[in-house]
Amino acid sequence: MEYFLDEQQVTVRDLARRIAEERILPLRAELDEKEEFPWEIIKELADADMFRVFIPEEYEGLGGRCLDLCLVIEELSRACGGIAISYAANALGCLPLIHHGSEEQKKKYLPQVASGSRLTAFALTESTAGSDAGNIKTSATRRDGGYVLNGTKQFITNGGEAEIYTVIAMTDPSKGSRGASALVVEKDTPGFSFGKKEQKVGIRASSTRELVFRNCTVPEENLIGREGSGFIITVRTIDRSRPGVAAQAVGIAQGALEAAVDYARKRVQFGHPISAQQAVQHMLANMATDLEAARALVYAVARNIDSGAKDFAEAAAMAKVFASDMAMRVTLDAVQIFGGAGYMKDYPVEKMMRDAKITQIYEGTNQVLRNAIALDVLKRRAMRE
Amino acid sequence: MNVVVCMKQVPESVTISGVPQGTASVRPQGKMVINPFDMYALEEGIRLKERYGGRVTAISMGPAEAEEALKEAIALGIGEAVLVCDPILEHSDTLATSYVLARCIERLERPDIVICGRQATDGDTGQVAPQLAEQLGLPFLSYVSRIEDISDGRLTAQRLVDEGHQVVQVSLPAVISVVKEINEPRLPSLRGLMQAKKAEIPRWTAPDLGLDVSKVGLDGSPTRVVNVFVPQRSQQGQMLEGSPESQVDQLLEKLRDAKVI
Amino acid sequence: MNEVWIFAEQKDGKLRGVSHELATEGRRLADSLETGLAAVCLGHNVQGVDQLVALGVDRVYLLEDPVLADHNEDVYTTCLVDLVRQHSPQVLLAGATTLGRSFIPRVAARLETGLAANCTGLEIDPQTRSLLQTRPCYGGTLMATVVCPEKRPQVATVRPHVFKKGPSDASRQGEIVRVDFDSSSVTSSTRLIDVIEDMGEKVKLEEADIIVCGGRGLGSPKNFDMLSELAEILGAALGSSRPPVDDGWVPYAYQVGQTGKTVSPKVYFACGISGAPQHLAGMQTSDIVVAINEDPKAPIFDIATYGIVGDLFKIVPLLTARLRQANA
Repeated sequence: MEYFLDEQQVTVRDLARRIAEERILPLRAELDEKEEFPWEIIKELADADMFRVFIPEEYEGLGGRCLDLCLVIEELSRACGGIAISYAANALGCLPLIHHGSEEQKKKYLPQVASGSRLTAFALTESTAGSDAGNIKTSATRRDGGYVLNGTKQFITNGGEAEIYTVIAMTDPSKGSRGASALVVEKDTPGFSFGKKEQKVGIRASSTRELVFRNCTVPEENLIGREGSGFIITVRTIDRSRPGVAAQAVGIAQGALEAAVDYARKRVQFGHPISAQQAVQHMLANMATDLEAARALVYAVARNIDSGAKDFAEAAAMAKVFASDMAMRVTLDAVQIFGGAGYMKDYPVEKMMRDAKITQIYEGTNQVLRNAIALDVLKRRAMRE
Repeated sequence: MNVVVCMKQVPESVTISGVPQGTASVRPQGKMVINPFDMYALEEGIRLKERYGGRVTAISMGPAEAEEALKEAIALGIGEAVLVCDPILEHSDTLATSYVLARCIERLERPDIVICGRQATDGDTGQVAPQLAEQLGLPFLSYVSRIEDISDGRLTAQRLVDEGHQVVQVSLPAVISVVKEINEPRLPSLRGLMQAKKAEIPRWTAPDLGLDVSKVGLDGSPTRVVNVFVPQRSQQGQMLEGSPESQVDQLLEKLRDAKVI
Repeated sequence: MNEVWIFAEQKDGKLRGVSHELATEGRRLADSLETGLAAVCLGHNVQGVDQLVALGVDRVYLLEDPVLADHNEDVYTTCLVDLVRQHSPQVLLAGATTLGRSFIPRVAARLETGLAANCTGLEIDPQTRSLLQTRPCYGGTLMATVVCPEKRPQVATVRPHVFKKGPSDASRQGEIVRVDFDSSSVTSSTRLIDVIEDMGEKVKLEEADIIVCGGRGLGSPKNFDMLSELAEILGAALGSSRPPVDDGWVPYAYQVGQTGKTVSPKVYFACGISGAPQHLAGMQTSDIVVAINEDPKAPIFDIATYGIVGDLFKIVPLLTARLRQANA
């Protein structure tokens, strides 16, 4: 479908597609198999200015529009969801700085991210706190003009590979979620180390690690916003990044649909390609329809955000829920169309199925997001009474 | 370091119609692209600029549409580009083409190195680079597979030759042709692509270059193509059937009969 | 009547195979033009110049000097241009070797005459008496016949192995003209520093009578060892299509095809090669093509003299074993 992208968006999408096809496709199976972080591709993406896409122009970026970022994530995910998230997690790591950071912080960090010379990550989740962000245990205690961090973050995308972390920690545990603050912690800060690298079902090219803080001191100027604003920064950050996860889901599904169509045309049973079977045709039709609906929603939400709208949290959640559930269905169906071959690692669809699963889970499980959407729906009705 | 890269726009692929041995016609198919071998020349030019500073300029002789290829070069990181474009240059053979490119290069700031791809995928001659060196009165190094060092006005490079590789030194300025082994061409960058969209490519005509018109185009070309045809490819082949053992035995018998083993 | 000339390339004092092929082909052309055939040979302590005469050359212009031992293209260009200017041959043929494809274009440009590269067919036009030079272009998918109607000499580089060396007649009379070479009169801006024979002791692709070539179907770099064994027992050179080179299994120097080397051996074994047009461009003038591939629809079978549809991991070792038995 024609989405009336502007010239820059077409350029961004086309180049991301070229990188995906020429550089990522030949490597994706190996990186998935070895659980290897895609440094080579990250370098290519940096050289191609892809890290500038999500950074505002004032900080050596190309505008920082949400739709542009979604287009890159979608194209990369079409080839490999794991590589795509290694890229996209940088945008997530930057969002607190872009929207809540001081001028000094932006000037210091954003150009480094824009050039791709330093990767970023966002650290919220702990063993006892994911969706329940108020239950964070990592503490940041003010001492001698700085903050001393103690605690462990879990499942942090780009953990270990990134050099700039935005970490959510409790500056005042007595206030619950109102006592959380966001801080920049750079790799190599004394007291900051990495725990085990997780072994995952999907997105295996990406790195997921524990961050361990033991009396890790950062200077006062590393506080993003003000003390106690950590929770609201987190909520706003993830609201903005959800269309990216949705775009990842759309890209994975697009890759799966294309593989399924190619296979269905090639695979001959009973003397005909299986694409001649109406059972298969209807599966393909449903996959294509669901996919296009998800894409349309994701692009609409991204454009809404780019228009400067403030009230997009619900729509962003809807896009993430809808696109990720769609991607799971489409990749499962792609495996089904491939039959026995689909279950084998020689073909790419089983990886897409594994990669799709995470999109239903991270940046808010689809269940917790449905709670939020339902709350908004009911609230709107109540307000009319 | 001042580098000039010569490049050509070629069809990505062609449709050739005609019966074997009969007169054929060639039609470009798909889009026009930078000659694949020239991608290595462009990449090496950009790397030299990154390594030694200075400037790198891409030049091409061709129709107005070849501007697109030069813009692609700019998107890759080539600083400047010039298109030599004039209807009277059409049908120039390699001698006439090398004459035109030489006059164009003489108009630019004197280069230290002129880099060409080893051949273009349409004509497949590989002649323009050495002939350009002659027209410029410069030394020439073909099939360069690695630039080792540039210092004291000399270039040390590896060349791919029949036996393997040679290490050769040449005094600069010089013309070189490069092979695919030399590098892996980069993809363009977003900023490069945006810059390329805005770039104005100067177009130089025959009068701009003060060309002797008797040396260009069909009149200036000593060679003429009198016929193009599709090669007779299939020597009626024979499929060897049976078990692997039997296939191998049949094959060896055939080869022994042909006295080739 | 102006002569037909061939450039007789030598390497380490030995004439290359293509020089013999050119002698035979040059004789045929000279006969149709009813003129003499001369060869130009540049080198140092060159052996077997008589052989050129036996193959049909009437006169050999021989320049010998230590400076000429290596292929210094600057010096070679100057020498050949000088000789051509003195004697004005009507045709000049050279092998389309690395040397020929590098310096002959310079010779042609300095003489301001035409050149046809990498020719696979040469004929004399009965009407105009000019040389019809047929050469592949567009990666070998198309052939073009080129003439050089006015300028002389008509210069062509000729693909090695396409023309066959004819019978030699040791009793044939010819003249060896030793041409003075004054090394102080030539200058060169290039200097050979080192030769890296990284193709090892193996047979060179361009010179091989038999080539064993592997493609993507080999699946992994180590499977090239299997082809090496076959090549060794056949005395063949080892080659590769583009995918293994792109994946870094073997060096680029092994690559046969439009973007690699052009070969024309007596027998070409294509093992696990599908036969993309770009590959065919580099080997389709081989005398006998043996294709081994598991996909019966692979385009390589369209040009194969003998095709075997099957598992190359069975066929190739079997072939090696049978040859080994026969040699034992």
